[in-house]
Amino acid sequence: MVDEIMLVAIDEDINDSDIVALQDHLAEEVHANDAQGIVIDISALEIVDTFVGRIIAQLAGIGILLDAPTYLVGMRPAVAMTLVELGMTLPSVKTARNLQHAVTRLRASR
Amino acid sequence: MKRLRALPGTLFERHEITAEPDVFRARQAVGRAMDALGAKVIRKTRLVTAVSEIFRNALIYGGSAVVRIYCDAEDRMVWVDCSDNGPGIADMTLAMSDGYTSGRGLGRGLGGAKRLADEFEIVSEPGVGTQVRLAGRA
Repeated sequence: MVDEIMLVAIDEDINDSDIVALQDHLAEEVHANDAQGIVIDISALEIVDTFVGRIIAQLAGIGILLDAPTYLVGMRPAVAMTLVELGMTLPSVKTARNLQHAVTRLRASR
Repeated sequence: MKRLRALPGTLFERHEITAEPDVFRARQAVGRAMDALGAKVIRKTRLVTAVSEIFRNALIYGGSAVVRIYCDAEDRMVWVDCSDNGPGIADMTLAMSDGYTSGRGLGRGLGGAKRLADEFEIVSEPGVGTQVRLAGRA
């Protein structure tokens, strides 16, 4: 947590068993710390397949339901290009170029 | 089941996929094969994303799979064969179509992998298994 904004970094080798723990952690932390927003950092990811895409969409969905606007940051250019070809443009997920942009927008939206 | 013909090039690595971490390891190996041929980042990303979909499908639906990665230095192609002995795919047209999923995916895995790969072939027989072969140009 930094300035009431929760940061979540997704590891490259995230797997099925990590997801529920990550979702649970995110939801509990947002609630307990009255987080005003969530930033999901995917800069460690060399690829995003439909499996990880679904995880991102679910995390953002939890954020929306808990009234914590969620931004995705750190997407590599090649990842953006492959996601479009996969047909997975994550329409419900807001993106920002980097953490600073995301924080600026989250503060502006309060 | 009709099996696809032998892959061109030389064997780079062979991996068995029996659990989720194997999907990560095997796709990392495909990335190393692309690096070995001096692939651009976007080409590497496309193929590694495509094989990730295929490997995960093979694990989820096939139970386990054997992956063989070949480097064809002459044509600057990385070829990947993923074979499982799972239940097979009864309706290939349906399985390849966007929006269809029989499991936990987004229903874009197979069709997406085909779009991302430069070469893509799949053969399957119910009760026997599924073999996917795909390639990316470095």
